[in-house]
Amino acid sequence: MTAAPVTTAPPPAGPAPAPAARRAGRRRPSARHLALAPLSLLMVLPFLYMLGASVMTRAQLNRFPPPLVPPGVDLTGYRELLADSEFPRWFLNSVVVSLAIVASQVVLCSMAGYAFARLRFAGRRVTLALVIATTLIPFQLTVIPTFLIFNELHLINTLGALIAPQLASALGVYLMTSFFQNFPRELEEAARIDGCSRWGVFFRVVLPVARPALAALAVITFIYAWNDLFWPMVAISSKENYTVQAGLATFQGQHRADWPQIMAGTVLTTVPVLIVFLVGQRRFVQALAGAVKG
Amino acid sequence: MSAATVTRRAGRRTPADPGGPPGGGRKGRRRLADQAAAWSFAGPSTLLVLGFSLLPMGWAFRLSLTDSDLVSEGQGVGFANYRTLAHDPVFWKSIRNTLELVGLYIPVSLLLGLAVALLLNKPIRGIGFYRACFLVPFVASAAAEGLLMAFVFDKDFGVVNGLLTRTGLPAQGFLDDPSQAMVVITGIFIWTQFGFNVVIYLAALQEIPREVMEAASIDGAGPWRTFRHIVVPSVRPISLFLAVWGLIDCLQFFDLLLTTTKGGPVNSTITIVYYVWQLAFEYFTAGYGAAVAYTLFAGSLAAIVIGLVFGRRKGFLL
Repeated sequence: MTAAPVTTAPPPAGPAPAPAARRAGRRRPSARHLALAPLSLLMVLPFLYMLGASVMTRAQLNRFPPPLVPPGVDLTGYRELLADSEFPRWFLNSVVVSLAIVASQVVLCSMAGYAFARLRFAGRRVTLALVIATTLIPFQLTVIPTFLIFNELHLINTLGALIAPQLASALGVYLMTSFFQNFPRELEEAARIDGCSRWGVFFRVVLPVARPALAALAVITFIYAWNDLFWPMVAISSKENYTVQAGLATFQGQHRADWPQIMAGTVLTTVPVLIVFLVGQRRFVQALAGAVKG
Repeated sequence: MSAATVTRRAGRRTPADPGGPPGGGRKGRRRLADQAAAWSFAGPSTLLVLGFSLLPMGWAFRLSLTDSDLVSEGQGVGFANYRTLAHDPVFWKSIRNTLELVGLYIPVSLLLGLAVALLLNKPIRGIGFYRACFLVPFVASAAAEGLLMAFVFDKDFGVVNGLLTRTGLPAQGFLDDPSQAMVVITGIFIWTQFGFNVVIYLAALQEIPREVMEAASIDGAGPWRTFRHIVVPSVRPISLFLAVWGLIDCLQFFDLLLTTTKGGPVNSTITIVYYVWQLAFEYFTAGYGAAVAYTLFAGSLAAIVIGLVFGRRKGFLL
């Protein structure tokens, strides 16, 4: 694509040079749509093809060249996936793991964020800096010892091993800290004066007002937890404890050419995260932008 | 966000929450109770985050000095693992591939991200729809996307080769061709990630004061000069951030590989992370894997620090 997006399109012919205020937006919107529409279609096209492929038959998918649009709707892939594989089990595991992680992070990270932003205590700055600095440690470095720790605790190959390392996260703490730094002080002060305890203030006054930030944290955490592949691949060794991602990744190796089933699996794996994203889109974007601007 | 930032600045100045009326001997006890209360809020997350990072980090170093096979502790071997990796062709191949990924991924994903963000930056109908389209690949899992792309780019049955032959072009090897695989993989990776750059750039562009843009256009600056002299300098810190973030993403690049090429063919797409994973969990040479991981960590930390210092000083990053 050309690197001249802001530049080239001339102002609409006709009206003489507009006053300064209008100039800033002089590009014709239709020119932008002309560039954006095909680009955005290109972004989602593979997913549409995934959906199409999931309702084709094995024979259709093993033909070359493969059909671009499904000639009909054939649900064999879905039927086989749901009836003959562990996919339903994997799906349930993913739901359990992701929801547990979200619940824990929303509570623990908002507590920590509140403390780091609003309470004064010894070691506050150093601790926060340390927590944030851990984001520079790649998980690949810590994964082998983490595996050994959970092995020692006899938690390898359980869902607990998937949940425990994600109970809190540096990103979550950081997001909530920057949120609470911008949080109006008056409410808590009023509640304190009325004799509310610290915990009372937090749970009855602060959290209800912080709902939008909690939602943002929940959406972003869910998306990361649901999509994780590396750790489940390491920590889980038996089929029935896989998450959907790990299940699919190994499924492919065993059912090499069974593309309708695999595509049905990818569709069903993508749908939950897409729903969460579309419902919480605004919050998700806020959380991403907030993580950067702090 | 900017109004809130002001409050935050002000908020930071306010003296610590007094935590009750100041009064004689009760003050000290009061303070201690406040400290305890604060730590009971901050403690759990801090313990979990630091516990799951610093502890394994130290352990990983100790491990890298052993010949552990992942099950047993192994014998101490000093720095032998580090000496071995200096002569390990796969290790060097994985570094070359990772650098190739970085070199292609960062410039392309930054430029594409900025270009799309600029297109979206004016009031435009359907902005929510467009933004969602660009974010969908970022949000969907790399595992699913890898499976999908392995299918789409399949040499014998894939739809891309189908389209190529239909239009009379020669079919390509793509992921099966050692000379193409890394480029194809990088392209797929850019597709999955650059929506993030769009969102971040868009947020940065919206912070550029409208008056600045207007003043420039009154002064007769054309679109290119506005871009060069106003947009680029304004988003420079964000570009730097995105470059560092992209670097971290590249260094941790794993999921897509696992569901597409698994590092092949003939190691043409193996990255350092993938190699670490193989060493520890496929070949059960955890000690050696830890040494490779540590080298990756040291190298990336150095790259990030140099990038931050150098990039900030020279300001050459977009």
